[in-house]
Amino acid sequence: MTASVFFGCTFIAFGPAIALFLFTIARDPLRVIFLIAGAFFWLCSLLLSSLVWFITVQISNKESSSQQKGLLIFGVVLSVLLQETCRFGYYKLLKKANEGLLMLSAEETMPISIRQLAYVSGLGFGFMSGAFSMVNILADSVGPGTTGIHGDSQHYFLSSAFMTMAIILLHMFWGVVFFDSCEKQHWWSLAVVVISHLLVSCLTFQNPQYVGSLVPTYIIVFLVGLWAFFCSGGSLRNLKLCLTCKDKDFLLANHRPR
Amino acid sequence: TCVQCLGDGNTSLQKLATSIVFFFCLSDVSCNSVEQKIYVELNNTVPCVRLLNATHQIGCQSSISGDTGVIHVLESEEDLEWPLSKGPNPPYMVLLESSLFTRSIMMKMKNESNRVAGVAVVVPNTSPPEFSPHTTCPNENTGVYSDNYGPNLAHCNTTVWNPRGNGLSYEEFDFPVFSLKEDNETEFIKQCYLDHNRAVNGSAPQYPLCAMQLFSHMHAVTNTPTCMRRNDINFSINPEMVCDPLGDYNVWGSIRPYNDTVFGHKENESVVIAAARLDSRAFFWEVSTGAEGSVSGFVTLLAAAQALREVTHEAPPTRNILFAFFQGETFDYIGSSRMVYDMENGKFVIDLDNIHSVLEIGQVALHSGNNLFLHSDPVSRRNNTVNDVVKNLVNNLQSSTAGLGFLLVEPNVSQPLPPSSLQRFLRAQPIPGIVLADHESAFNNRYYESFYDNAANLNLTYPSDLSPEEQLEFVTHTAESLTDVATVVARALYKQAGGDESRVNTIKADPKIVTQMLYGFLVSSNNSWFQAVMAPELKNILKPSPPEYYVGVAMSSTPTRLVQYLLANLTGAATNLTQSQCQKPDELPNESRQMYSYLWVQGIVPPNSTERDSFCVRASVRLTKAVSPAFELGEYASKDYSTWTESRWKFIKARIFLVASRDLEMLTLGVGVAVLFTSLLVTYFISTKADVLFSSTREPASAAY
Repeated sequence: MTASVFFGCTFIAFGPAIALFLFTIARDPLRVIFLIAGAFFWLCSLLLSSLVWFITVQISNKESSSQQKGLLIFGVVLSVLLQETCRFGYYKLLKKANEGLLMLSAEETMPISIRQLAYVSGLGFGFMSGAFSMVNILADSVGPGTTGIHGDSQHYFLSSAFMTMAIILLHMFWGVVFFDSCEKQHWWSLAVVVISHLLVSCLTFQNPQYVGSLVPTYIIVFLVGLWAFFCSGGSLRNLKLCLTCKDKDFLLANHRPR
Repeated sequence: TCVQCLGDGNTSLQKLATSIVFFFCLSDVSCNSVEQKIYVELNNTVPCVRLLNATHQIGCQSSISGDTGVIHVLESEEDLEWPLSKGPNPPYMVLLESSLFTRSIMMKMKNESNRVAGVAVVVPNTSPPEFSPHTTCPNENTGVYSDNYGPNLAHCNTTVWNPRGNGLSYEEFDFPVFSLKEDNETEFIKQCYLDHNRAVNGSAPQYPLCAMQLFSHMHAVTNTPTCMRRNDINFSINPEMVCDPLGDYNVWGSIRPYNDTVFGHKENESVVIAAARLDSRAFFWEVSTGAEGSVSGFVTLLAAAQALREVTHEAPPTRNILFAFFQGETFDYIGSSRMVYDMENGKFVIDLDNIHSVLEIGQVALHSGNNLFLHSDPVSRRNNTVNDVVKNLVNNLQSSTAGLGFLLVEPNVSQPLPPSSLQRFLRAQPIPGIVLADHESAFNNRYYESFYDNAANLNLTYPSDLSPEEQLEFVTHTAESLTDVATVVARALYKQAGGDESRVNTIKADPKIVTQMLYGFLVSSNNSWFQAVMAPELKNILKPSPPEYYVGVAMSSTPTRLVQYLLANLTGAATNLTQSQCQKPDELPNESRQMYSYLWVQGIVPPNSTERDSFCVRASVRLTKAVSPAFELGEYASKDYSTWTESRWKFIKARIFLVASRDLEMLTLGVGVAVLFTSLLVTYFISTKADVLFSSTREPASAAY
């Protein structure tokens, strides 16, 4: 649809992720490394799930559309489960790496905490997932045409961009909650993460009724975001302090040597 | 096909889909599911391309990234107001029915070309009453008539040959013009227009609107000297060519063979030349059927050549007869000017002084009132010697029509010659000649040089229940009348060449051969007879549709090859040579490649086998290069010779899609920028206050943030 739509959709989809990367990750090389490793793990999960999909589609009956639809649902569920499995695998790897890093390093404290790792790995998952969701759509949005000549909705690009933004944010929140519940061995919260991921992915089957898929997704983003905020040490009191600019006093009052 | 292009399920599915689309689409060329949601490619389109000559450029041009316009189906000439002034969403892509493809509409659009992005013309299966995009006076500057030679006859002052011509082919348009067939694609386009682009009760139509994009960017500009100069720029290892000269090969054959290595004047050699032209053109590129314009002429000449074969073997005439088929005559006489140039410079087997007379076959298939006309040049006939030879030729022609039901008449007034190759011979030297045509003054052809000059123009109809093979053999009325003309031509040529008078009445053209040729040249070139006469390596040029008669730049046009092989088969002799002997005949004692050409042809399939009976044909049929002398001499601005070139291009395609309003696009950009700024602000806020925000449940073990 032209360059304005291309840039608009890029900024919508990747705006928060770029902002987060610029302000929190770009300065610390260790965080960058773990971000990219997280992206790689997501990619591995996608590779596995696409292999399974490819094989099942080849042996299926290409003509029957109900079988294809069933295969689609199966593929989505499998992909979600594999992504969460890879997230768990990454968690285990990071725990081991942390012990190793501690042994090697001269300092007594760990260079990067597990909470920061949770955030960084979640964002890594989100980046890669967003890229795969959005890049081919962005490439076609540069041309002069928009969707609709075969009856599709006109708002395809816009809703894809919003959905991608939601997914990136969700991956980041899921990362935080997931690692936290693995640390505290709260297996039920792990299950909630997986179920919410499944829910969001299956909501996309509502497309092209974009209202039906985007609104519940954003409600879930808000809820999971709140949960991640509380998991990572936030509280209503801190929020009020920050917003009313009383935090300077708070810091002075709670000053501790680092 | 893409299995996963089911169009629903966005995120995880999209990820799955994109990652394995590549696997599925290794064999499929365009399997991008998002692109398929947006664009519909149009496959059966023909563009109009740019041609250049010494002083002008003609044809159409698009911008390098295609021209996009909102589709508007034109209903009448008054409706032009909408795209040109009233419509609120310029630029428009105007879709015309063929009845509206007129000079006035195209000129109005040319003048307002900032609101017109392009034009698409729907070409129907039935022809309109008349349509000729050529000029009214074809080839007026390169014929023989000029201010020095018959000034009152020049520039069609006495006779306008093509009065229906609207000159569209010679106009320059700076927007692309494409042609569409009347098929499902065009129906889809019109449906898209009706669904999205119609204004309801005078109000503007709502976005999204249906639009079309046409790509036909031409590299050459201005004129031939400019583009030939740019061809020669040697900036890089791969120089970019921008244009190519039009040209192909002329086909010639003779009764008595000539040694192909001995050029120039031949003592005591007197030749009668029988000429016809091979090519034609249309407004759109390469789509030219030239039924009356060229096919009628050269088919008659081929049939006459075949009719003369037997009698010239048994009782050879005193003079030689040379059959010449000129290519590129539409574009300022490329082929005939080249042959005359070769004769003048001693590069052809005979020269101009060897020519006794010329008989040219023009457009002969549409005779109304059972008369054909013998046109001659009044200026050269003022010389008595020339006049006597012409009168003799007229007599020979008129006496050959005995018993055939039509008459040959000389036109009443002192008229110039119609556009014909004979004019180029007369430019060099006063040579007696006659042009045989079915029109007394203006052409009878209502579709001269247009895409409607097809089999229907000649009333070539076959009964509906015949299979293609049966249609090939069926003798139509058109074929019968052309056979009679061919008989007259053959007899007249024999008499003109000084043959034995008593044998003249045995000369008869074969209607079966004529009807097979008409079928092959106007209906389907891939038939069993054409397959039998062609070489095995050339059988791929035969298609189920008629061949294209545009001269082109590739030097390999189908009609030239077909006429070469047909002339060889109809006038030559089958030999017993094997295939390897056919390629090297000089090793055999009686065969000589200098005197004859040896062609290995496929032959027919015998009834009880699958292998073809291929054999070697020996004929005195040659090809000579038909590229304008202007390019040999490097005189790209020449006024004497044809300087036509065709531009080059990278790709030509057309597609339709919906366009969204500018407001929606700007809104998207605005929302995007707003989201980016908001997230930058919020992230900055959070990251600076991170200590405070995430301070509770701080564990002693993991301190550093």
